[in-house]
Amino acid sequence: MRVPGPKPTVSLRSIPSLPKHIRLQFDPVRQAVAVLAPEQVLWPNEAGLDILRRCDGRFTVDHIIADLVTEYDAEQEEVAADVIAFLQDWSDKLLVKL
Amino acid sequence: MSEPLLPPIGMLAELTHRCPLQCPYCSNPLELLKADRELDTKTWLELFSQAADLGVLQVHLSGGEPTLRRDLEQLIAGLSARGVYTNLITAGVGIAEGRIQAFARAGLDHLQLSFQGAHPASTDCIGHYPGSHEKKLETARLARACGLPLTINAPIHRHNIEDVPQFIDLALSLGAERLEIANVQYAGWALANRDRLMPDLAAVERQADIVAAAREKLIGIMNIDFVTPDYFATYPKPCMGGWARDAFVVAPDGTVLPCHAAQSIASLRFERFETRPLAEIWAHSEAFNAFRGTEWMQEPCRSCERREVDWGGCRCQAVAIAGDAAATDPACIKSPMHAHMGMLIDETQRKVTPIAGEPFIRRRIGVFKSAASSLTPSARPS
Ligand code: SF4
Ligand code: SF4
Repeated sequence: MRVPGPKPTVSLRSIPSLPKHIRLQFDPVRQAVAVLAPEQVLWPNEAGLDILRRCDGRFTVDHIIADLVTEYDAEQEEVAADVIAFLQDWSDKLLVKL
Repeated sequence: MSEPLLPPIGMLAELTHRCPLQCPYCSNPLELLKADRELDTKTWLELFSQAADLGVLQVHLSGGEPTLRRDLEQLIAGLSARGVYTNLITAGVGIAEGRIQAFARAGLDHLQLSFQGAHPASTDCIGHYPGSHEKKLETARLARACGLPLTINAPIHRHNIEDVPQFIDLALSLGAERLEIANVQYAGWALANRDRLMPDLAAVERQADIVAAAREKLIGIMNIDFVTPDYFATYPKPCMGGWARDAFVVAPDGTVLPCHAAQSIASLRFERFETRPLAEIWAHSEAFNAFRGTEWMQEPCRSCERREVDWGGCRCQAVAIAGDAAATDPACIKSPMHAHMGMLIDETQRKVTPIAGEPFIRRRIGVFKSAASSLTPSARPS
């Protein structure tokens, strides 16, 4: 097996985005936001959605963290750890591009 | 029923039973429908619209070979206009020039392409279609070139189980982001050909190790979905995520089914869209309610702590092997029929023939006209 390079890893300078075929969409039947992906539908919680909505290919991870620290009035370190872990997990599942 | 009825999330639309290939494990029923039984464009679009209203978020356009429908672009566009996620499940042969691009323009979200083998000789032999491997490679390239994400689906059985590493390389080389290593499920044509398809335990174990190692190495690069072989399992899969729980199937003539093999359960009556709205069929059809939830269960399922994990497994496998659609799936170690499943594996290993000489029953419209019963193995061991 020829592995095409190492897997993408999140850094503060990564600029995350959703691939074109991963859709964040409000579902009027269930009154919730769904993530539509090949062969799966996911229902992220509010904290997850706050990160995903900022993955539009314009902001660095650093910027997203700063933004959420202000919004939640929370500790920088805690938010940073959560955001980085979340994005790494979603990138590992090919749901977020870095 | 103990819990409220939830709306379905997914729908598998079998647009047609026609297909240029003749895979010996095809999941379509033995009694295949001719083109004149298929729903027309308007009816499919109406059905899709009712499905979206009901809460369906993803539609898998399948068959047979769905690209044989000349109105496929229109159907995709109709779904896309309703915000429904579309997945085209194709064998990738005989698709006219320009159509893949047209599907993408119509709003197709994802394409799943089957490879019967990892090499031209085995793809062409298993699907019974010379030159099919090359055509599939071309379909994959076209799909990637117009930006469609790609899943490669590899149905696994005795004649290609040792090629799993080559399937992984093939999927990587085609730029797929998902690979399904899908061990054949023994329903439909696969049940008829079971003796000519079943792998042996050693090969199944090697395969599991290879897939586990590859998954680990390919994290973040390519997802590998592993559909494990039921006959070698300890616990069953939650078939369809549970009967009538979050998905359903529609046959080419509009018959609404809880799973694609449900018609093998002779005691059930199914309803056709056109005679009743989809929402009513989902909520009230006798067939949908027959095995919904956990109320219908017998022991050992009824008191088992996994009853809401696997929902008692597959009803079609229960009827095929235990002779009772409400029995515990024999794939489960707690089923009194589990040992019988092991015996069936042994029986299939008595005569192993190289693929070229394998006397497969080939999938063709009209081979079986009446009920499939002549091919169903005897219900119980004597
Ligand atoms: S399994 Fe093979 S024969 Fe059946 S629909 Fe798919 S490609 Fe056609
Ligand atoms: S007994 Fe029934 S519910 Fe329990 S694991 Fe087996 S199939 Fe699943």
